[in-house]
Amino acid sequence: MRKLIFGLFITILPALGLAAGSSVPLDTMEPDHANKASLQRGAALFTNYCMGCHSAEFARYKRVSDDLDIPAKLYEENLIFTGAKIGELMKVSMNKDQSADWFGNPPPDLTLESRLRGESWVYSYLRGFYKDDSRPLGVNNVVFENVGMPHVLVSLQGLCAVEPKIGHSASVDPLSGNVNNADACPEYAIEGSMSSAEFDRAMYDLTNFLSYMGDPVKLERERLGIFVLIFVAIFFVFAYLLNREYWKDVH
Amino acid sequence: MQKLVSWIDERLPIVDAWNKHVGKYYAPKNFNMWYFFGSLAMLVLVNQLITGIWLTMSYNPSAEGAFASVEYIMRDVEWGWLLRYLHSTGASAFFVVVYLHMFRGLMYGSYQKPRELIWIFGMLIYLVLMAEAFMGYLLPWGQMSYWGAQVIVNLFGAIPVIGDDLSLWIRGDYLISGITLNRFFALHVVALPIVLLGLVVLHILALHEVGSNNPDGIDIKKNKDENGIPKDGIPFHPYYTVHDLLGVGVFFFIFFIVVFFFPEMGGLFLEKPNFEPANALKTPDHIAPVWYFTPFYAMLRAVTVDLFGLDAKFWGVVVMGAAIAILFVLPWLDRSPVRSMRYKGWLSKIALAIFAVSFVILGYLGIVPATEGRTMVAQILTTLYFLYFILMPFYTRMEKTKPVPERVTG
Repeated sequence: MRKLIFGLFITILPALGLAAGSSVPLDTMEPDHANKASLQRGAALFTNYCMGCHSAEFARYKRVSDDLDIPAKLYEENLIFTGAKIGELMKVSMNKDQSADWFGNPPPDLTLESRLRGESWVYSYLRGFYKDDSRPLGVNNVVFENVGMPHVLVSLQGLCAVEPKIGHSASVDPLSGNVNNADACPEYAIEGSMSSAEFDRAMYDLTNFLSYMGDPVKLERERLGIFVLIFVAIFFVFAYLLNREYWKDVH
Repeated sequence: MQKLVSWIDERLPIVDAWNKHVGKYYAPKNFNMWYFFGSLAMLVLVNQLITGIWLTMSYNPSAEGAFASVEYIMRDVEWGWLLRYLHSTGASAFFVVVYLHMFRGLMYGSYQKPRELIWIFGMLIYLVLMAEAFMGYLLPWGQMSYWGAQVIVNLFGAIPVIGDDLSLWIRGDYLISGITLNRFFALHVVALPIVLLGLVVLHILALHEVGSNNPDGIDIKKNKDENGIPKDGIPFHPYYTVHDLLGVGVFFFIFFIVVFFFPEMGGLFLEKPNFEPANALKTPDHIAPVWYFTPFYAMLRAVTVDLFGLDAKFWGVVVMGAAIAILFVLPWLDRSPVRSMRYKGWLSKIALAIFAVSFVILGYLGIVPATEGRTMVAQILTTLYFLYFILMPFYTRMEKTKPVPERVTG
């Protein structure tokens, strides 16, 4: 019974708002599922850099290949590393118990990450790593404090020496014409192969892909929605005329 | 065709039933837009039943498979995403139309004699609907499903002496688990829908026995013509069937905007933490029930004082239960000689306005994390909510009412 009371206590605590989530400023990211080129680049980045550890186990390779206009053969040859068939779910071979030992927590499945956290969070998080020697892996993240994940994209971005500025919109100084805050990281401890702007664009593509993964039917849904609404509007006109016809004798 | 109808009618009174409930059911001719919501509630109920049946075909009610099966429905089942969004949006739409339907009843005194039983059946429908929604919300097995259920089931634990055993009995386990999921599934798809349908039948049978109220609150049966037909009445079919089609058109337009363009409704209809599978070891930062429960949740949290040696949480549960229970006795609290708000005095009008505003603000307060200031506002609003009912016998008798016309005013 004591366990129950304790369980009750810890469950009701957050409900009472005592542990309300902290909110960090984020850079805004507007996904565009119609931009197939961006989604394809994102899929390539995701498969090459994320899928070593993170699964997308509610989605199937085939669906991605179809939706993103990537020919199945090309997809199988270049974007499936586990030997899975293209109709299979996008699982990883990493053992969850082992990875929990390595990182503290097993790397979460990312199929629905964009819907759980929001696209802006993902975009900011991916660009939020910086050098922090006090952490076991030598890196920290301004969006996700004390994150257990290593900076996987260090070869592309490099490693920011100080906390990058996330959530501060770029502004133009009216006197000098200089652009402030265009670059989130002012100083790098390790140089990467991409420029800051290139990396931001790559992270846009990757976030866009994760946004697509969370809600793959979005484009189709919104396209159908227009027709459904047009149908209902026409239905309403006829319902209105029918109703008027019947009610014209009622006084 | 005629032959077939009479063949059946000799064995089953279908013509009588049709006439009694549809073809010759005389409804007041002055219904306004507030009278759409009853038929819309039926429409949403049918939507929930049909989409629910098809969802059940692909859903897997186990702790291991539930979350993945919902995503399977969303991704691999033909039109599964549409079925699921119709069902999840339908749940919220159900409460929208039911709340508006209930508000209509409050406004026009539809609970007054002789419609007390209709009101009570309606309240029972509301109760079962809440249970249905609560149990359905566990089924996707997301984080908010899990922790929401945990918090609500633990509320029963606040009852002295039997509380802990009671919540254990409801869960069937020491914490929410696959066992709880399975029994909630059984109740959600079989037991409660049967009860719900039975209550809807009773609600409508009782309504058709005494006849519909109207915005003037006049008894149309007092004014009948030589054929015994109310002068202010018109047959439900075809007049109100075609009329309700208008309501259906407007409702579907709004409903489908949500289904096709905003299925999450900004986290109100599908809460964000529910995109993560249930995890008994990780509590979400902020647990909030779905919006239709939040007014009562705010009342629960508003109670912060221990009383008579029982802790505040118990009294919070009592207040929450009382907030719903007091609605049942509403027909006996209203002592006004008139039914409709149109002819009641200004005291009743102000009381209803304060009540409605309190309920909406409490709903908001139940969504956001509590702060000291918000809790105080919730306490004041909870008090106002109850005062609406407790003071009703007095202000409805004290106030000066306007004379009610003989015939409906259109």
